[in-house]
Amino acid sequence: MDLSLIIMQLLSGIALGAVLVITALGLTIVFGMLGVVNFAHGALFMIGAYAGLYLASLTGSFWWGLLLAPILIGAFGMLIELVLIRRLYGRSIDDPLLLTFGLSYILVEGVRIVFGSDGIPFPTPPQLIGVLDLGVGFFPRYRLFVIGLVAVVLVVLWLALEKTRIGLIVRAGARDPTIMQVLGIDIGRVWLAIFGLGVGLAALGGVLAGPMRSVNPEMGSLVLAEAFVVTVIGGLGSIVGAVVAGLMVGISISLVALFAPEMATIVMFALMAVVLLIRPQGLFGVRGRTA
Amino acid sequence: MTSPSSGEAVAKPASSGLGWLLEQRVLLSIAVLAVLPWLLPSQALAVNVLIYGVVVMGYNLLFGYTGLLSFGQAAFFGAGAYFTGIAIGRYGVPWFAAVPIAVLLSTCLAALIGIVSTRTRGIYFSMVTLALAQLVYYVALQASSFTGGENGLRGFTVDRISLFGLQVNFLDPVNKYYVLMAFAALAMWFQSRILNSPFGAVIEAIRENEQRARACGYNVERSKLIVFMLSGAISSLGGCMLALHLSIVPLDILHYQTSGMIVMMVLLGGARSFFGPFVGAATFLILEDVISVWTSHWQLVVGTIFVLFVLFLPKGIWGTLLDTLRVGKARP
Repeated sequence: MDLSLIIMQLLSGIALGAVLVITALGLTIVFGMLGVVNFAHGALFMIGAYAGLYLASLTGSFWWGLLLAPILIGAFGMLIELVLIRRLYGRSIDDPLLLTFGLSYILVEGVRIVFGSDGIPFPTPPQLIGVLDLGVGFFPRYRLFVIGLVAVVLVVLWLALEKTRIGLIVRAGARDPTIMQVLGIDIGRVWLAIFGLGVGLAALGGVLAGPMRSVNPEMGSLVLAEAFVVTVIGGLGSIVGAVVAGLMVGISISLVALFAPEMATIVMFALMAVVLLIRPQGLFGVRGRTA
Repeated sequence: MTSPSSGEAVAKPASSGLGWLLEQRVLLSIAVLAVLPWLLPSQALAVNVLIYGVVVMGYNLLFGYTGLLSFGQAAFFGAGAYFTGIAIGRYGVPWFAAVPIAVLLSTCLAALIGIVSTRTRGIYFSMVTLALAQLVYYVALQASSFTGGENGLRGFTVDRISLFGLQVNFLDPVNKYYVLMAFAALAMWFQSRILNSPFGAVIEAIRENEQRARACGYNVERSKLIVFMLSGAISSLGGCMLALHLSIVPLDILHYQTSGMIVMMVLLGGARSFFGPFVGAATFLILEDVISVWTSHWQLVVGTIFVLFVLFLPKGIWGTLLDTLRVGKARP
């Protein structure tokens, strides 16, 4: 097997993993703060892709779609938290999960009504068409861009959480919401913002994945399973875990596809099963809460 | 400490007359199912209620009684159907022998998935079962020489047999309905037996307070694994019934949408009630049937109704009805 081919496939895996990281991050941040697993996350990823496509064709530029879709869908996510999920705090932990599952049905069918059931091609932005010579081989420019953008988003998120006052409130709120309320922080507003952020990240993942996958109403269900696998491997609620596991899953899918294509979709589930048998709480998860 | 799986029946106070009849939840349920084809608009709908009712009933053991929200029950429903079809079509096993074989193999699959998934708790469990069931889906998709891949499993026929002088003929809809109902009755008897056993009390104790159940000396991990296998076994019988009913197995049966549908059905009917799963299956299938006449976007309506149920009627139709009638303790 050619070494350069393996390196290229490794890079492909990182690009694939980068989208997984962003999507899983949204899921894991919401869980860490609110204790809610959003089963509509895949559907919102799909809506993000459609919104990006629609906004790009409306404004004539991919970049507006990339910027506006996560903001708009994030705002929509805040509406969901405000109207539906807020009612369920204090009830069984299964209830928000069941509600968001029902919501995913509504969202998928809504998209089918508006955009039709067939897949739509998502054009790669003209500036990023083609390949770049990396010395060892040619690699699609768009995928390099995805890796770079995700890296930037991760750094910004990390700085915002670790170095700002708002980040301090968020981290403290994840640890003990009651004390935060005693200290005079409106925890409801923090939760609203975090849910919006989580949904916005799903939408960003959707827009980024658009030119790499085909855009169709069912694309969310595979993404949901993938995001679950990543968060379970990394440890639910762990940001570092989501990053490491996302890249791990992306790279293993790409490398296995090189040697045994029919095993590519199966390998991530096998990886998850192995991790669960050895460390039920995930690689970076805290024992007690989930395992 | 008594072993939770000793299978010894809980002593019940003797009652008579109407009270006795209301205690017989299996007999009452069978009586309703026996007249179902005449209550519903079509025979096909009644068969589906029967099949999905059994699948959802098995799932109710896990979700309703033990409090484990799995999103992967389709794996066992599908496994039952595929194993039945493969045994008949590929290995020429007669159908009445194929059913127990399929249930046994599906229970083994449930043991494998259960070993991994019951190590986790709460929301984690839901995510892990969903992912592992998707694994089963992709395996079935790839192993197309066995399963027919994307086209589903085709090319097996259910032979006509004579059983104690009774003709069993799957080409006759009425005959087929009652043969399948016999399977459903068996499943209901089995489930009722589990719920009445000390083990049934243990799983409810785990749902109410896992730590306390552990402190009482029960092996929570082993009980969860056992209930996961029992639940898988009952749901897989529903899969066998589907294979016998359709003579094909569609790949969609293994998809996560099917797991979601099972969750919806149990919630619509009422988790933790004996007959709720059949009410839920009937409600869902009738809704689908009625709405799809008006619009192809029936999922939109079903999704909305489901969300409203989660918000305002979490005990489902049957559960709420039982609460209103204050016969919750009798659990008919």
